[in-house]
Amino acid sequence: MYPKQEVIAMLLAGGQGSRLGVLTKNLAKPAVPYGGKYRIIDFPLSNCTNSGIETVGVLTMYQPLELNDYIGSGRPWDLDTSRGGVHILQPYQRSSKVMDWYKGTANAIYQNINFIERYNPDYVVVLGGDHIYKMDYSKMVAFHKENKADCTIAFMEVPMEEASRFGILNTNPDYSIYEFDEKPKVPKSNKASMGIYVFTWSKLRQYLEEDELDPNSSNDFGKNVLPNMLNAGERMFAYPFEGYWKDVGTIGSLWDANMDMMNPKMQLDLSDPSWKIYTRSMEMPPHYIAAGASVQHSLISEGCNIYGDVDNCVMFGNVTVKPGAKVEYSVIMPGAVIEEGANVRYSIIAEDVVVGKNAVVGSRPEETPTSEWDIAVVGAKVKLGAGAVVKAKEMIDEDRMGVE
Amino acid sequence: MRGNNVLGILFSNMKDQTIRELTEMRTMGSVPVGGRYRLIDFPLSNMANSGITRVGVVTKSNYRSLMDHVGSGKAWNMSRKHSGLVFLPPYGSGNVLYQNRIGALSGIREFLESSKEEFVFMADCDVVANMDIQEVVRAHVAKGADITVVYKRGELPDNMDGTTTLSVDMDGRVREVLLHSRDTGVHTFDTSMYVVRREFLIQLINDAVSHNLKDFEADILQAGVTRYRIFGFEHKGYAGIVTSMNSYYQLNKSLLDADVRAQLFPMDRPIYTKVRDDMPARYGMGASVKNSLVADGCVIEGEVENCVLFRGVTIKKGARVRNSIIMQSSIIGENCDIDYLILDKDVEIHSDRRLMGFESYPVYISKGSRV
Repeated sequence: MYPKQEVIAMLLAGGQGSRLGVLTKNLAKPAVPYGGKYRIIDFPLSNCTNSGIETVGVLTMYQPLELNDYIGSGRPWDLDTSRGGVHILQPYQRSSKVMDWYKGTANAIYQNINFIERYNPDYVVVLGGDHIYKMDYSKMVAFHKENKADCTIAFMEVPMEEASRFGILNTNPDYSIYEFDEKPKVPKSNKASMGIYVFTWSKLRQYLEEDELDPNSSNDFGKNVLPNMLNAGERMFAYPFEGYWKDVGTIGSLWDANMDMMNPKMQLDLSDPSWKIYTRSMEMPPHYIAAGASVQHSLISEGCNIYGDVDNCVMFGNVTVKPGAKVEYSVIMPGAVIEEGANVRYSIIAEDVVVGKNAVVGSRPEETPTSEWDIAVVGAKVKLGAGAVVKAKEMIDEDRMGVE
Repeated sequence: MRGNNVLGILFSNMKDQTIRELTEMRTMGSVPVGGRYRLIDFPLSNMANSGITRVGVVTKSNYRSLMDHVGSGKAWNMSRKHSGLVFLPPYGSGNVLYQNRIGALSGIREFLESSKEEFVFMADCDVVANMDIQEVVRAHVAKGADITVVYKRGELPDNMDGTTTLSVDMDGRVREVLLHSRDTGVHTFDTSMYVVRREFLIQLINDAVSHNLKDFEADILQAGVTRYRIFGFEHKGYAGIVTSMNSYYQLNKSLLDADVRAQLFPMDRPIYTKVRDDMPARYGMGASVKNSLVADGCVIEGEVENCVLFRGVTIKKGARVRNSIIMQSSIIGENCDIDYLILDKDVEIHSDRRLMGFESYPVYISKGSRV
């Protein structure tokens, strides 16, 4: 018998994140490193813990090895409890005939009804694993209860000119939703859905079961379940969220979100002791800055050894920058080595990459034709030979010899 | 495979008096070191990395901070169903607090008797080193030793009480033990790390107690140098030994040497510590950091040179901090000028202050001070 949990969370972490290209070649998107020592999934997991949610199901499917290992027993997030804690839920063979992957976001939850039922919850919070934000889900649940809602969807006000990129919620003055507008050409409001849902479990269960019986459904929350609920006249509310919320689903937005970390005015305060973001940390000594090094306006993690120049960078643990190397406006993931004289600009360098002597990666936007400029990306474990060149906008996942 | 027939004993309070300022409110084991560690992290991680899964931590006084740091031993993978980490505070009626190693061992006799391991590895918390204890145990067995003493060869540490030096013959056998040596020059000296067969240790302690003997070094090592087969094992790698405030300062500074860090923090034998969940260190515009070790959670907007900054230290704009050891969460105000200081935790130096020590006499500022 499992203790009843009033609220449990289900975290959808099965997506590939194909727009992150080589970064998610062997890695599920929620496990992508962010902010010098975190991974994307640290944010929703820490938010759960800090919101008092004790049971979290993490639904993994795409390249789950590293992500599953990373979550482990859930200890870094204080989710290793016997009352619930974190559970990794992968697609499984349900009977001798039924062997499905998760067909869509709603189907993923449907396949885990047994898991949810063990805790007999009143409310289920459904989360994604692709945003950087701090949010108290308990306040959203309180809002849901106050409104006697069946479903509550968190939204963020976005600039009107960007609203057509989002799923827009059109609401009455009391925040009840009367219409969903998926990426509208002419938006009626700027309330963008954040993909964070609170459901009254008995209602959600009913709609998931109905959705499963519909052969034409793509078993997706946004496309099927939510519109069905609205059409049936269920009580659906929009919950206003204010604060930092950033999608990191593309190379550009991932780089942007990392650069935000250096902005002293950024709304996301990761040093706030009352709402820490927890992460599985590596066991490394403090980082070392050598006498000849220069470090400006950057974020540096433990285990780094910096002998060269670093300007406007996010350096993950155990990165080495050798003497004479220059790194600017870049994100350097754990274990990468930047050799002597190398020049890395406006780039994302993935884990354990070696940038050879005098190699050049990326270029400054002001020195590059606009059509040819974007962030350069070097995939995990790639070795760049001495003098190798990786142009702006390039994305490589194979070793490259240099031209000395 | 779990377990390896070696029981670990750590003395967390031994030699507290050598750095009285730092141990006023804490044990030797919980003295902060190296930017993110406590002294106990080194022997405890060595034990964990050598496969030791049962460790008794002997405490006497001021051990709240130590218990807070070590907790159940999870960070060292020692929170286990089988064996694991055990705190051994003083207990029992009529027992006076132990004053020496024999007294401390006598106080944990039940723990020693109830353990199953064949060997005991004992250590204090004053040595910062990364070593494979299995090698010491293998040498102990190979030599058929009664007691193996881990020694270091080099300049004697600047210890007020002097240091125990050894003469070791070609075969590794200890032939002479000299106490309180204050010689200069290169010597072979005891690091207070010993391997003994558990049952033999119990016998030694019982015997010492019956004869009212008190001093492990004098009454067992020195007095038993011919009676017992005492062998030395040289630790050839780096060892930083805390014997005074000055040596504590030098030890922290020595971590600025890449070779020392490589020896202390190899990737395959990490030094574990309690996790604090700080964000990475943030460098502001105009920050200038040279030859320094900086832990997570620091915010640096001023100049830092030849320093060790612990987790969560703030260096404000225009501040100039040189040759200093600054512990967790201390704040250096704007335009301060600081040289040769040891700041304990949570110290705040207000703007525009100038504070100077000297290389041979770093000035210590106690925990929570406001300057």
